[in-house]
Amino acid sequence: MTEAEIIELIDSSLAEEFELDREDMVPSANLYTDLELDSLDTVDMVIVLEGAFEFKIREEEAVRAIRTLEDIHRFVITKIEQNN
Amino acid sequence: MELNSVVVTGVGTISPLGNDFTQLLDGLTAGRSGVCELTDLEQVGGLRSRLAAPVKGVDPKQIPRKFRRSMSNMSVYAYLASQQALLMAGYPEDQLGSGDLGVVIGSTLGSTETSEDFFKDYFRDYSLERMKTGLFFQMMGHSCAANVAQSLGITGRVFAPSAACATSSQAIGYAYEQIAMGRQQAILCGGSEEFHPLTVATFDIMHAASTNFNQQPESTPRPFDQLRDGIVCGEGCGVLLLENKKTAQQRVANILAEVIGFATASDTSSIANPDVGAMAGCMQLALKDAGLTAGDIDYVNAHATGTEVGDIAEAEAIAQIFSTRVPVSSLKGHLGHTLAASGALELSGCIGMLQQQQLIATLNLDQVDERCSGITHLQENSSQPVKTILKNNFAMGGINATIILRSYVND
Repeated sequence: MTEAEIIELIDSSLAEEFELDREDMVPSANLYTDLELDSLDTVDMVIVLEGAFEFKIREEEAVRAIRTLEDIHRFVITKIEQNN
Repeated sequence: MELNSVVVTGVGTISPLGNDFTQLLDGLTAGRSGVCELTDLEQVGGLRSRLAAPVKGVDPKQIPRKFRRSMSNMSVYAYLASQQALLMAGYPEDQLGSGDLGVVIGSTLGSTETSEDFFKDYFRDYSLERMKTGLFFQMMGHSCAANVAQSLGITGRVFAPSAACATSSQAIGYAYEQIAMGRQQAILCGGSEEFHPLTVATFDIMHAASTNFNQQPESTPRPFDQLRDGIVCGEGCGVLLLENKKTAQQRVANILAEVIGFATASDTSSIANPDVGAMAGCMQLALKDAGLTAGDIDYVNAHATGTEVGDIAEAEAIAQIFSTRVPVSSLKGHLGHTLAASGALELSGCIGMLQQQQLIATLNLDQVDERCSGITHLQENSSQPVKTILKNNFAMGGINATIILRSYVND
């Protein structure tokens, strides 16, 4: 999977789950202030990503530091690299 | 302690006959049936009934995702019906969060469909790792009431009676008492129900679901008719906005009717079968609460679901009190049995009857069963003066409820 494919899978999964407008999903978008997600959505986001990429991330400390869409992209790309 | 008078100022309905009060009333008055054959039910092993009275044409996406994520269909219906009731009442938006407005909306269960989806997934590997946060909020017993309060910003009392077919009658009755005592100035109250095959099965295993009319769905259920063969399960939601009469008058609200009496009582003779004396006793209690006698009632809206046992018992109980003096009908022939929603949807129909001064006949009542013949059945709509209506709901578990409604003339 290329980085572009990973990013596309992340964005499409989150867009579907949270009914986000793809135009708003720029890498710098803050999940809370720009995309208007909340703490419940953050829990569901982890489940959506675990389902899309078939990995376990719930207990990872780095998840708690995620603020922007780009943070998610970087986190997932790194996680997949580590698993390979 | 002086009690407040309680009035209805708004009605919201999502029903098998349409998704607002006007469509409901038009359908009832025209004698339309909301029942259809659901061929999907053929796939449920052992289920003989293929019938349902479903809601059609509701788009949940009209509700913002933040609120919708915690809603199953029953809460979607409750939210939309509540919105309609507030709009009809012209209830001031800035009063929603005043604490003066409460919510009393119940359901038979939390969402069975959501439970099914969860357990289907859970039993794959007994893992909870795929469980999303919205799940509990859809399965909890007070899902409808909590979702309505959260999504509309209502900060008064919130509770959710659950008594199967008497749920919304109890909700309306308890709301009436809360306002009468001055604990709240206004309450959105009623009940909501979403269709699931398990509900049909519940009645089918007790031989209480309609099975003989799978190919003629509009001919069933048949309350009080000699060919009746049981219940058809429906879904929907009815919500009334009840208000303190004084505050409603102060804000020059259009008053639709007055709630003047309520009773609920337990029938311990059986958890499933009704007792004539207990039914009659509940109606007598409601008359006493309203300060009325049987002679003051112009029409009885029966619970009558189209079952063998229930219709006979209710007809006998009504006959004990009213003999043949008062016209009686049931709206289950039109709507099926919308269970937790039935009290509120049918009471909405009664409010329409008061407004139109026209009583609505029992649909599919062609030949009255002799054992139900001790009362005056309405087999055709009847335009006549109607001032006071007594409405029954009797539920599995031995829960009886009766509400008395009176017409109101605005200045």
